[in-house]
Amino acid sequence: MSARDVLRKIIGIELDENSPFGYPARQHALDISHNVILYLDEITVSFDGFKALNKLNLMIDAGELRCIIGPNGAGKTTMMDVITGKTRSDSGTAFFGQSIDLSRLTEAEIAQAGIGRKFQKPTLFEHHSVFENLELAMTTDKRARVTLTACLRDEDRDRIADTLRLIRLDGETDRPAGLLSHGQKQWLEIGMLLMQDPRLLLLDEPVAGMTDDETMRTAELFVSLAGKHSLVVVEHDMAFVKALGGKVTVLHEGSVLAEGDLDAVQNDQRVIEVYLGR
Amino acid sequence: MRKAFVFRFLEALDARQQLALAAFLAVTLLLVPILHLALPPGNVFHVSTYAITLLGKIMCYAIVAVAMDLIWGYGGILSLGHGIFFALGGYAFGMYLMRQIGRDGSYHSDLPDFMVFLDWKELPWYWTGSDNFLWAALLVIAVPALVAFIFGYFAFRSRIKGVYFSIITQALTYAAMLLFFRNETGFGGNNGFTDFKRVLGYTITSPETRLVLFGITASVLAATFVFARWLVASKFGRVLTAIRDAESRVMFIGYDPLWFKLFIWTLSAMLCGIAGALYVPQVGIINPSEMSVANSIEIAVWVAVGGRGTLIGPIVGAFAVNLAKSWFTVSFPEYWLFFLGLLFIVVTLLLPQGLVGLWRMLRQAKA
Repeated sequence: MSARDVLRKIIGIELDENSPFGYPARQHALDISHNVILYLDEITVSFDGFKALNKLNLMIDAGELRCIIGPNGAGKTTMMDVITGKTRSDSGTAFFGQSIDLSRLTEAEIAQAGIGRKFQKPTLFEHHSVFENLELAMTTDKRARVTLTACLRDEDRDRIADTLRLIRLDGETDRPAGLLSHGQKQWLEIGMLLMQDPRLLLLDEPVAGMTDDETMRTAELFVSLAGKHSLVVVEHDMAFVKALGGKVTVLHEGSVLAEGDLDAVQNDQRVIEVYLGR
Repeated sequence: MRKAFVFRFLEALDARQQLALAAFLAVTLLLVPILHLALPPGNVFHVSTYAITLLGKIMCYAIVAVAMDLIWGYGGILSLGHGIFFALGGYAFGMYLMRQIGRDGSYHSDLPDFMVFLDWKELPWYWTGSDNFLWAALLVIAVPALVAFIFGYFAFRSRIKGVYFSIITQALTYAAMLLFFRNETGFGGNNGFTDFKRVLGYTITSPETRLVLFGITASVLAATFVFARWLVASKFGRVLTAIRDAESRVMFIGYDPLWFKLFIWTLSAMLCGIAGALYVPQVGIINPSEMSVANSIEIAVWVAVGGRGTLIGPIVGAFAVNLAKSWFTVSFPEYWLFFLGLLFIVVTLLLPQGLVGLWRMLRQAKA
């Protein structure tokens, strides 16, 4: 056993071959040569015997806009937790592209690899200004020692300004994020996601609390993002799902019940039973 | 053009703060020495040796308070065991001071008195090089840093947070105190180190040496403050406060909190080590009671009283609480701990932002 292996055993971190300190020069190159960005294969997660996910299989194509619907407790949020590393699956595999095994990475590494997430309840840095929230989210080298001497370049400022205009918060630049309205917070969180420039966006009920007008603007934005990015949207609002227009997956009791376009899914007998039969 | 190093740090201060800093340095480096040396002891404006020692000691505490504010006020990590880093710095420099006594101790031996008393024939291996000032200075920083790094690495990697982390830090300092109480540990047992004679060959009790130590302490305090201001105004500081407010969000945008916490934690320990090393020659003693749990809790009280997350507040808090302490322990020694407890309750309930928060509230009410 080499010294590196011994160290790995003792301190439990995977050392990088090229860097003596092992952290975190590992670059995770995303391989989408088979045109699939996310594979979930037979994922099972149980909490005290309750199977939140039960042999879930899901495949998201590169550039796809996918909606996930399903009754409460179907496992939608748990699925996002597994993809982003917050929850570890009991069995099954989760791959980002062909080569990145998500079960081996930390939350931060998964984010660095290119998966961004918007939470159900908007989570922002409430004491930081709107500008700072976007600045912190911006793609850049996020290692501690690099952050220590980081300063904003002109093109970074331009990018932040563009995003501020897009999310219509350019009048609130210096306002603490905690003082924004609920809808504005939703937009700011979407803005943070855009600053991260992820390949795959996971959006958990992104239009909750938005007005109809805001909801439709959000739908337009998401549709425009698809293609360059892949999106997975969990939503209850059927008008919004219809406006997005992508393929729909129905989850029920931790596994996929039906998949197809919205009309087909809505006419599926099993789906109707699950939604109406209780 | 690249600006000189110092100026880049000074830019983190606004004009008012720069003025206050200049005034502070003028008072501590010029006015106090002149008033101490030039005026006779009977004069009203004479600054006594007692006052210089007391203020020097409190400035050491103020450095610790700033270090504490960095991790607690900005990082959201409450340490109730910061005394260990202060004491380790003090002990590291105390070893050098013990060796500087030379043969002037009670037993006229090359070995420190307590080793002669224990009938030891030679220095333990870890005392090697302790007669070298530079080695001692290195240990002052390296030992607290190493202990903090190793402890912090495992604690933060296991994602131990909040009150659990605070309790473990208490256990750490308590265990260290028990270790240092033992004579076999080789640091003078419960008496610790005392009876220092010289530092760098100069008599430690001479007015000039005292003033130099006082001036160095003031300069280190000023430098610590400026550096801390710069750090919290940097992007690193913003990530740190983001970790304090919403740690999981920080992870999901791609920062690994471990290294941010570990950096600020280790830096804080190093600052405490330096403060401890400046404290020992001025106060003339270091013993394991510096590692007691109560001492570490007092550090948190200074920061809370002054106002956490403000950097200037903890300095104000360290001065206010310790000046009150030195008055109380002379006038009503038995009531000090009651007063301290009362102070903590009052501040927690009524002044969550401490004295600085009170000051800001009053100014806003006026405007």
